[in-house]
Amino acid sequence: MAPITLTINGTARTVDVPPDMPLLWVIRDPLGLTGTKFGCGIGQCRACTVHIDGDAIFSCQVSASTAAGKKITTIEGISGGQLHKVQRAWIEEDVPQCGYCQSGQIMSAVALLATNKAPTDADIDEAMRGNICRCGTYNRIRRAIHRAAKESSE
Amino acid sequence: MTTTRGITRRHFIEVSSLAGAGLLIGFRLPTKGTAGTAVAGGEINAWIRIGTDDIVTFIVNQSEMGQGVLTSYPMILAEELEADWSQVRSELAPADTRFGSQGTGGSASIRTGYAKLRKVGAAAREMLVSAAAQNWRVDPSSCRAENGFVIHAASNRRMSYGQLAEKAATVTPPENPQLKDPRTFKLIGKPAKRLDTVSKVNGAGVFGMDVKVPGMLVAQVAHSPVFGGKLKSFDGSTALKIPDVRNVIAIPTGIAVVADNYWAATKGREALEIVWDEGTNGKLSSADITALFERMVDQGKVARSDGDPAGATAKATRKIEALYQVPYLAHATMEPMNCTADVRPDRCEIWAPTQFQTASRQLAAQITGLKPEQVMLHTTLLGGGFGRRAQTDFLADAVHTSKAVGQPVKVIYSREDDMRAGFYRPAAYNRMAGALDAEGWPVAWTHQIVSPSILEAFGPLKDGIDRTSVEGAENLPYAIPNMLVTYAKPDLPVTVWFWRSVGSSQNAFVTECFLDELAALGGKDPYELRRRLLANRPRHKRVLETAAQKAGWGAPLPQGRSRGIAVHQSFGSFVAQVAEVSLDGQGHVRVHRVVCAVDCGDVVNPDTVQAQMESGIAYGLSAALYGEITIQNGRAVQDNFDSYPVVRIDEMPAVETHIVTSGDALGGIGEPGTPPIAPAVCNAIYALTKKRIRKLPIKQLA
Repeated sequence: MAPITLTINGTARTVDVPPDMPLLWVIRDPLGLTGTKFGCGIGQCRACTVHIDGDAIFSCQVSASTAAGKKITTIEGISGGQLHKVQRAWIEEDVPQCGYCQSGQIMSAVALLATNKAPTDADIDEAMRGNICRCGTYNRIRRAIHRAAKESSE
Repeated sequence: MTTTRGITRRHFIEVSSLAGAGLLIGFRLPTKGTAGTAVAGGEINAWIRIGTDDIVTFIVNQSEMGQGVLTSYPMILAEELEADWSQVRSELAPADTRFGSQGTGGSASIRTGYAKLRKVGAAAREMLVSAAAQNWRVDPSSCRAENGFVIHAASNRRMSYGQLAEKAATVTPPENPQLKDPRTFKLIGKPAKRLDTVSKVNGAGVFGMDVKVPGMLVAQVAHSPVFGGKLKSFDGSTALKIPDVRNVIAIPTGIAVVADNYWAATKGREALEIVWDEGTNGKLSSADITALFERMVDQGKVARSDGDPAGATAKATRKIEALYQVPYLAHATMEPMNCTADVRPDRCEIWAPTQFQTASRQLAAQITGLKPEQVMLHTTLLGGGFGRRAQTDFLADAVHTSKAVGQPVKVIYSREDDMRAGFYRPAAYNRMAGALDAEGWPVAWTHQIVSPSILEAFGPLKDGIDRTSVEGAENLPYAIPNMLVTYAKPDLPVTVWFWRSVGSSQNAFVTECFLDELAALGGKDPYELRRRLLANRPRHKRVLETAAQKAGWGAPLPQGRSRGIAVHQSFGSFVAQVAEVSLDGQGHVRVHRVVCAVDCGDVVNPDTVQAQMESGIAYGLSAALYGEITIQNGRAVQDNFDSYPVVRIDEMPAVETHIVTSGDALGGIGEPGTPPIAPAVCNAIYALTKKRIRKLPIKQLA
């Protein structure tokens, strides 16, 4: 156990956890932010996607010691109280069914749109193929990403 | 806090005022009997809460697992209530024996709720109208309800439902409320956005995984890796040395490692030294299971017998036989199984993502020795269900563990535990035989099924036949004069359970692909053959024709593409799908487009119907392309998404759903989208390659 300091959603937090505890579980257990979901634990489903220094990373495969000192953003922190344009697009397209994977989907989509203002279908496939949705909301996810991209270009 | 102010017509309705906050109405409608007659001891079907702030909250007694019931039930109630949709909210109800048997499955929510909820909404509307009329001292018939207000046009007065709520609580509920003319519906039948979306895009929604209870510990439970195995001995001393591990304890279902957090529980679990008694199943393999199926195939009980298939086949010159096989399948919900329990000497509180509240409560009572009414069960959001969460294994683990340690405990299955835990879609082995007449039309059909039984878990099978194993096969709709369907039940230790669309998940594949074989043998177009054989099945025929027309059946396709078609009825709904496929250079199947036609009778939310068709297709396509649980040394081989792949965004076909509004009997919508996709895809592969897929998953074609 060792104290580790990381910046979560703009706030510096110090937690006393084993250095090998995955960031996912640091976020969910001691920090109590449960919007980031556990799905597989092996980086296969990406329900646990967060942003580390702006990049979409699956947090089940990042240790607490690696995350120390980094800027981490979770689903709770992407919009500063307002809804992010990607979240609004998700609502407009009525994307979620069970909803469990959608935090991870949205975090991947936000990271995609941060670097690619007008993603093609192929770009979306590339950026989003890591995120599994068992309800099969993929076509709506695609539409929502295009909608959010269009909104920012207007 | 609620205080009962007056219970009027107690068999029909329970009315309470919310301390200074409005009206809470619980409705008991007869489950049998004519509409409008209340029966003693009836169940509460719905709760409506009308706040003085005009917010109307519908408390839904079904589980929300993605299928949209938190929106569709309120739509039905709000329609009849004439509520202002923008003021409508929905909430999950706690488990309550007053709901009767409480569970969600069988694509049944709308079918069982539609008529009742309409009546409830209408009764509440009439109570609000009466309250307003009393207030204004006018005849209720001179008032109307509209958009959250009661209006007296003659005097140009209006009161909101919130203003009327307290008074409405004193009104005698009508026994025969006047239902709206469906032609005046404003909500039912029109696409509506889901009410639960915001909490599912901002991380606030509480799934079972997210439950927090003061003083809660987190546990993992090690179960026997071999089906039917038992604990022989274990050593938890190393596990106990791991920081934050609090307890290692044998419970009747396994060994619980109880810790302050999930990661410590995981590490403790890994450090456990366990010796399992593997019993007699420690060498069981998938090959053994298939061999057993082969030995049993002729021992089936007759599920359907028309004419004389053997005689007709003997006379026929063109005939064909084939074996069709499907594997065990895991549900692989996104949210691994979990449950939180707080067992005290005098009560037990549970937070569970469950599809089956009644069984959960009974089991918790049995484990704790408490009465069911001492068990309080809160249903959380479900991160997928697909049938898996109608099981109670995860609940038993949590209740046993909390009881053993005397503290609230959340049990979380790792993905590996979840996938290896069993309760799979049963594997099935099907021997098919068919024969044609001189013109090439089918005259004989024999379908011999061997598949483990789901229903025997509930008691002895009637006539030795598990109806879930033969559903979609025994009721084959095609006009074939000589038909035999049999079922043989093998006894195996691998646990099986309901999986989205249950028997239809395999029988649609088997029957629709074999019918395609008969079409090819007789030189018939697969669509035209179906049309002919469905001449007296209007609902099948209509969806089949719709799908074929919208897909451009028969029109040329680019080189390297082909179409396949399938139609299937399940859970009261009729679905036809046309899949358009190609193969890449490595033999991977690519499904480009699926045209889907569905007839579910009346539609509440067309947007949900579309979503559920897409969802069912994605789920069925994952199984068709990749899904299989194989058994080796008595254990499941696959344990995570690397060994049990599912369809991802780049493999998702474009889906075009056409709703055929028949106005016929209501059908379900959560499951019926799944069965036709595997045969539609396999039939398209045949059209492209002349290769028949008779064993799922398809994986890679040579």
